[in-house]
Amino acid sequence: MKELDPMVFLAVFQEMLGPMLWVLILLALAGIAAFAVLLLREKGLSSQRLVRAEIAGLFGGVAALVLAARFTVSGFSDAGGPVDWLLIGLIWGVGLAGTTILVYSVAGWTALLRKR
Amino acid sequence: MNGDNRERHQAFPQLSRRGFFALGAAAGLGALVASPAAATQSARVKSSARIVIAGAGAAGLAAASRLMQRLDGAKVILLDRRQEHFYQPGFTLIGAGLKPQSYVVSGTADYLPQGVEWIQERAAEFDPEGKRVVTDAGRAIPYDYLIVATGLSLDYASIEGMDTKLIGSNGIGSIYASPEAASATWKLMSEFADKGGVGLFGRPATEMKCAGAPLKYTFITDDYLRRRGNRGKAELTYTAHNKALFSVPIVSEKVRMLFQDRQVKVRHDHVMTGIDPGRKVATYRTPNGSAEIPFDFINVVPPMRAPDPVRNSPLRWQEGIFAADGWMEVDKASLRHKRFDTVFGVGDVAGVPKGKTAASVKWQVPVMVDHLVAAIEGKTSDSVYNGYTSCPLITRLGQAMLVEFDYQDNLVPSFPGIVAPLEELWITWVMKTMALKPTYLAMLRGRS
Ligand SMILES: Cc1cc2nc3c(=O)[nH]c(=O)nc-3n(C[C@H](O)[C@H](O)[C@H](O)COP(=O)(O)OP(=O)(O)OC[C@H]3O[C@@H](n4cnc5c(N)ncnc54)[C@H](O)[C@@H]3O)c2cc1C
Repeated sequence: MKELDPMVFLAVFQEMLGPMLWVLILLALAGIAAFAVLLLREKGLSSQRLVRAEIAGLFGGVAALVLAARFTVSGFSDAGGPVDWLLIGLIWGVGLAGTTILVYSVAGWTALLRKR
Repeated sequence: MNGDNRERHQAFPQLSRRGFFALGAAAGLGALVASPAAATQSARVKSSARIVIAGAGAAGLAAASRLMQRLDGAKVILLDRRQEHFYQPGFTLIGAGLKPQSYVVSGTADYLPQGVEWIQERAAEFDPEGKRVVTDAGRAIPYDYLIVATGLSLDYASIEGMDTKLIGSNGIGSIYASPEAASATWKLMSEFADKGGVGLFGRPATEMKCAGAPLKYTFITDDYLRRRGNRGKAELTYTAHNKALFSVPIVSEKVRMLFQDRQVKVRHDHVMTGIDPGRKVATYRTPNGSAEIPFDFINVVPPMRAPDPVRNSPLRWQEGIFAADGWMEVDKASLRHKRFDTVFGVGDVAGVPKGKTAASVKWQVPVMVDHLVAAIEGKTSDSVYNGYTSCPLITRLGQAMLVEFDYQDNLVPSFPGIVAPLEELWITWVMKTMALKPTYLAMLRGRS
């Protein structure tokens, strides 16, 4: 009877972000698609570009934490237990992965289009 | 006892599953978004019933939304004079200087489900025998089913010398009265945190909405004093109406420890009866007679009672602990009136042992709707509300304890082993500041 309903998640995020939710989802999907197509085109990862993207990703992770701190008027100095560190890691991880994929794809596609 | 246990298990059959999901739910949203009822997926019930809902607050709007999802052809009428909608849990954040007044104010019309008729009048008289409600404009509105969701009334007038007009002056704050009052209280509290002095906190002896709020405000004030380096210049006192700090013993004990840690003095058995704004003195009824405490800053939390139209109606409890303040006599498991079976009562107005919170509303409404729809179909429902309520108890800026409990004072944590119930955590603070309002708004729309 009482289940975790994905529709409820969607409803809550819709209330939280409004139309921004769709922009963000589109951005994420576009980033992942651009990344996937790039991989197919280039038949693999460019390790040099990946390293650079990952370095950018480190900062992306930090930016995610700064954003979270701003929205919650608090910060990781407020961590009180293990689950807080987990959450901080998760936020940082999402920022890192997102930025890495985005930077890698943008750099890759710029290079590809320039070659033409 | 056995029966009670069964209640608990019916309402929380999937704790471990929910706990499992918690890890995936980045902001710990799981507890909030667990869906209370199967409502939407079942086929809509055809009905020509006329359902009147008195009060378009948290419970009234949520009920209207769910009824429209469940019924096809029924006439649903909402009665409320107020045009604005207040997200009241946000009052605490305004009082803490963290959010502007606009954070809590929206319009009732924003949440009105399609097809619902909104009559902008107050219910003035309930006539359950004649099955009709009379409004303050003198209009009689007949019903087949009535849902009373009028919330409660803040009885500032019963504190001698107190008037809501005083809020914001003479050191008198009160985050309960309105968004403006919460904002005015923040200004006073901030001044107090700069200067120090005597800060007074407490709660009324009546039932009250969000019993955690007065505690939160004490902790927040303490934290501001510390952050501004003035804690040494201040004395904080919390006056409790009885011998406990919270109705759930294990929570009360935890708060006692935290107050000790933060050097908040506690005076038990103190019920506020008057205030003298000129002398800045509050008066209390104690077992040893009347006592006065001077203050530089006070957060007044008034006695709370059922609104007059309910108190003066046959719907009220006739005897027992809920009778004096006129709370509605409903069955605590189904929220159905004990004497008038076409009447239901949800939200703050319900005379049930616990749970005058928006979190309770979220779990009460689907159960009540199950029973109402079953009644329309000529069936019965076995949906049970177990008293679940929750309160993210802010203990300092940036941390809160997620306190969830039921009628029996059991802790019912949504994430056992992950988000510990009585621990001061950032994740709980993140939920309170980020996820609670969207969850509440989704509830108004019948979507959470
Ligand atoms: C300072 C503060 C902090 C809080 N913190 C929390 C929290 O952290 N977590 C939480 O879950 N809850 C919290 N709450 C409690 C929560 O806001 C209430 O429990 C919830 O709003 C109750 O919903 P309700 O529909 O019963 O009442 P309300 O939302 O108050 O709505 C009642 C409605 O009925 C209308 N009405 C009144 N009389 C009549 C009448 N005679 N006829 C027609 N309409 C009428 C009113 O205009 C109003 O619109 C807090 C409340 C306050 C004040």
